[in-house]
Amino acid sequence: MPTRTLTPGTETLERALVLDPGTRVPGRASGFPMRREGPAKLTGAAKYTDDLVFPGAWYGITIRSTEARAKLVAIEPDPDVDWSRVVLATATDIPGDNVVSLIKDDQPLLVPVGGEIRHHAEAVALLAAPDRETLRELKGRIRLVTEPLPPVFDPEQSDHVFAQYDVARGDLDAGFAGADLILEGEYRVGHQEQLYIENQAMIAVPGEDGGIVIHGSMQCPYYVHKALKRALRLSSVQARVIQEETGGGFGGKEEYPSMIALHASLLALKARRPVRMIYERHEDIAATTKRHPAIVRHRTGVTRDGRLVAQDIEVVMDGGAYCTLTPVVLSRGVLHAGGPYRCPNVRLRGRATRTNTPPNGAFRGFGAPQTEFAAETQLNRLAEALNMSPAEIRRRNVYQLNDTTPTGQVLRESVAGEEVLEQAVGASLFERVRQLTGREAAERHGSGTIPAGTLRTGDRRFANGIGLALAWHGAGFTGSGEVLLKSVASVELTADGRIRVLTASTEMGQGTKTVFPQMVASELGVPADWVEYAPQDTAEVPDSGPTVASRTVMVVGGLTIQAARRLKAEVEARNPGVPFHEAFRDDARNHGPTRIDQQFEPYPGVGFDDTTYSGDAYPAFGWAAAVVSVEVDLDTAEVSVRDVIAVDDVGVVIHPILCEGQVEGGTLQAVGYATIEEIKLRDGRYLNDRLATYLIPTALDAPHIRSILVEAPYSGAPHGAKGVGELPMDVAAPAVVAAIHDATGVWIHELPATPERILAALQRASAA
Amino acid sequence: MPAEPPIDTPRNLFEAYERLAAGAARPIAGGTDVMVAITGELGPIPERMLDLSRLEELRGISLEHGALILGARTTYTEIRRSTVCREHLPALVDAAATIGAAQIQNRGTIGGNIANASPAGDTLPVLLAADAVLLVGGQRGEREVPMTAFFVDYRKTALAPDELILQVRIPLPAGRALRFRKVGTRRAQAISKVVMALAWRDLGTAGWQDVRVALGSVAATPIRAAATEAVLEGARPTPEAADRAAETLAGELEPIDDVRSTADYRRLVAARILHRLLRDAEGW
Amino acid sequence: MTAYRFLVNGVPAEVEVPGMRRLLDVLREDLGLTGTKEGCGEGECGACSVILDGQVVDACLVPICQVEGRIVRTVEGLSLAARERGALDTLQEAFLEHGAAQCGICTPGMLMAARAYLDAGGDGDEDHIREAIAGNLCRCTGYTKIVDAIAAVAHVD
Repeated sequence: MPTRTLTPGTETLERALVLDPGTRVPGRASGFPMRREGPAKLTGAAKYTDDLVFPGAWYGITIRSTEARAKLVAIEPDPDVDWSRVVLATATDIPGDNVVSLIKDDQPLLVPVGGEIRHHAEAVALLAAPDRETLRELKGRIRLVTEPLPPVFDPEQSDHVFAQYDVARGDLDAGFAGADLILEGEYRVGHQEQLYIENQAMIAVPGEDGGIVIHGSMQCPYYVHKALKRALRLSSVQARVIQEETGGGFGGKEEYPSMIALHASLLALKARRPVRMIYERHEDIAATTKRHPAIVRHRTGVTRDGRLVAQDIEVVMDGGAYCTLTPVVLSRGVLHAGGPYRCPNVRLRGRATRTNTPPNGAFRGFGAPQTEFAAETQLNRLAEALNMSPAEIRRRNVYQLNDTTPTGQVLRESVAGEEVLEQAVGASLFERVRQLTGREAAERHGSGTIPAGTLRTGDRRFANGIGLALAWHGAGFTGSGEVLLKSVASVELTADGRIRVLTASTEMGQGTKTVFPQMVASELGVPADWVEYAPQDTAEVPDSGPTVASRTVMVVGGLTIQAARRLKAEVEARNPGVPFHEAFRDDARNHGPTRIDQQFEPYPGVGFDDTTYSGDAYPAFGWAAAVVSVEVDLDTAEVSVRDVIAVDDVGVVIHPILCEGQVEGGTLQAVGYATIEEIKLRDGRYLNDRLATYLIPTALDAPHIRSILVEAPYSGAPHGAKGVGELPMDVAAPAVVAAIHDATGVWIHELPATPERILAALQRASAA
Repeated sequence: MPAEPPIDTPRNLFEAYERLAAGAARPIAGGTDVMVAITGELGPIPERMLDLSRLEELRGISLEHGALILGARTTYTEIRRSTVCREHLPALVDAAATIGAAQIQNRGTIGGNIANASPAGDTLPVLLAADAVLLVGGQRGEREVPMTAFFVDYRKTALAPDELILQVRIPLPAGRALRFRKVGTRRAQAISKVVMALAWRDLGTAGWQDVRVALGSVAATPIRAAATEAVLEGARPTPEAADRAAETLAGELEPIDDVRSTADYRRLVAARILHRLLRDAEGW
Repeated sequence: MTAYRFLVNGVPAEVEVPGMRRLLDVLREDLGLTGTKEGCGEGECGACSVILDGQVVDACLVPICQVEGRIVRTVEGLSLAARERGALDTLQEAFLEHGAAQCGICTPGMLMAARAYLDAGGDGDEDHIREAIAGNLCRCTGYTKIVDAIAAVAHVD
């Protein structure tokens, strides 16, 4: 792995290094460890939650509301049924607070009688039975008596605000006064379902001490742990959470697992036996969190040579029925809303409101994909209005070293916006292809066969288009988040001479179990195979914070490196002249075990004021560019996304294959977001609640994705890495929409850019 | 939550007929539709099932008297691999290739596609446009039912509860051409938004004869667009004729908005894909 | 109740269960072969793909009464010889080398679809490969490295 010698805080880093773009070399993985749990996953030996067997376990199911808003008057089990052979749990069975612990205390585990149902599929009661036949038979025999209340579905009509932010810099009026061109735009994005292929799953096993052991699919064991303690009134020892092999998360298993773990626990405690709650796909889609829908309005002023002089941006997000993580999603969305561009006069306003739909939550990108779709489409429209290349307008505005962001943050290092832009433009032959697609479009129009509106087809059925977008993504938690978390990671040398890494960071496919041993081994000078990665069991590992926000390698990985350095120093100090890799086994035998706990210290020179929302919002930013090629069938407006060049600056590439994997996966999720992933609602209920109706791309739909990794290291992190998981998600969707415009001449302001929307836009354009 | 209703596995048609005559039983062939239907989430769970997987009488692809005969249990994979189908009815091969993906094509059957009677069934417009006739049978005997008389209402067919579909018989008149087009949300595993089959016999200066325009996903059942067929019958598909046909089609269809698409889109796209098929057929 | 007999990964199996019980449930619960996964229960995601008489099928859509006398192959039996050595077969090895598995939940089904494709003579053409795995949804990888891995094996075979 490429190495850099850094003196934190004093040395100015060189320009970003481009890592070996896209060449496929057999055996390339050698030199980096293979996926640690790869063989188990490949042979079917890896055990996911539903694969676990607990003899005597019962099955649990959730009784849910069928209305979006109502008063819960009574829960009436059918008197003709013998309920003694099953267990029924309601809010009255909750020993502690009827709250799913997160940011605000507004979400109950179960709606209490006399309380208010706030969304369709809200959990009201729980049922456990020895077999699934009994569950099927009895779940329809519990009547919920309700009085309907008027629901609110439009976030702009709602008067309940979960959070709002207002960030301003410069003089907006003066900025607009100095503009040669002012452009307005309104953009809308809908729900997106994380669609992990493994449904949410929890098994609760009652402990002898009155506690609970949870085995489940999750991203954040300590979130679940905290929720259990609060609602079940358990101590830190009585509540024990073990993350099992997890089949995808993407944010969808950040906060929701607390809810299902609490449900399974209530049943298990009441039934005094293990209870399995494994969701079926339909229930998973209907009841769990989604990406926040948003409306983003732009008013932008530019000079005639394409420089941004004023940005007035308004963001409205639909939080659903409860707060969950909405304030943080909105915050990130607002902070990224201007795009990766300098502009002296900026106003970013955002609010997130409550509606009677299932609560929305974390999904890869966490607010940024929504607002950056709007920012990039707005900028692409500005480029069109100025008759300027989309690449050129970005060149003229992208943040450079020492520029200042809307919160007043000076970007002192690790700025690679221009680098990723040039890599993407170069690798895709962007300008050349744009010339060709432009010529094609002109020929189409010139022959009199406009591909729109009428019932007749044109000479040419297919149109090609190419589109570009740029994005930035703040690394780690927003503002003071990391400081407040005070994450801890540990490295230990056991008494029997084993080296172990202990963190709460979970593996869900990104490669945690592989790169953490790799990084620690590299510090200690031992083979990666010699380093164990302890299971994510709250009885064993410290609270390293949640596995979210692309912080795993950057923040927690950084802690493990520091811990490893201290361990090495300590062992070598006890064994002078002997390097760690030779000394450690004897040291363990003679000295006994050594454990190093490393707690997060604030990054040097990074400060943020939460009250004024000013300062360094993030220690550093990652930068990404995407160029997308599409082919549009002008008869039907079907879009085939053919190619994506995805360029991502991740600070330092720790493991190229795993890093590319994140870029490729995130890119396809963003392509799906842009094209076919759609949730329609009726009366607050999702209509697309099965895999036959909520569609993600298959292998035949997926484009060629070529990932180019760029390194602009961040000096505050021991390894220089900034995170990769979410960055690719911010950039591909607007590039798809730009490519559709290039092919058809129409701008789609709403995601997904379905053929229905494109054809309607073409009809409007031809009528005009 | 999957249900497990009792199931009988007759060893031959005689036993199958006997079983059906004795009382209601839901037949299951490849199971790609039925196994989803019996979870209880999409409708009531059947009381009894009838396993067709032993009935060899329902298998086979052959040519007889100028017709292609497909046993009801012929799978989509078998259709795709059959040289007889590829040579004589390539549009059906095209349709089979758009259904699901490998896993579904290996198990799903043409008889199942017909009996399931979804308005979106992908082979159904091809069979309608090809004037296919079904051979159905039961204890009371066998009878022929033209495809045009088979779909009675939304997911309701002319099949009696004691009958099974045995064969699909597709006439192969000399000089008949058949084209297929499906528009779905994605390139595999997609229920169609609009699906169309166009058939004709080209008699040169006398124009097109026996024109058939069949569609799915635009009505409660798969349909033939009679007014559009009348416009094309006896004429050459010139640009003017194509424009008129497209307009007529848009006018005679009454599609709906649903979870997959909109009525406007379906109407417009049906017209446009017909226009394109005519353009491609005539070469202008 | 009837007893159903069939071969699983070369080993005879016999279960006495209702005929409509899904092959998926028989494998996972009655035979303890949890390698085959359930992602949707409706034949859309392919996570439950197994090979039945040489053809890849969704085990959530196959009633056990239709498996009587037939040959089933699951991920656990991908390569019996390799497993005995504690090793991986060429396809699994290629997936590991290329990084084709991330969270791994789609992997067993994906491997079975790929194996059926290669056993039937599938070549290294990218479009053919993508068609062969079009019934296997993956949310993690974007399919890129899965296609690379299958192509690598196809070129060697």
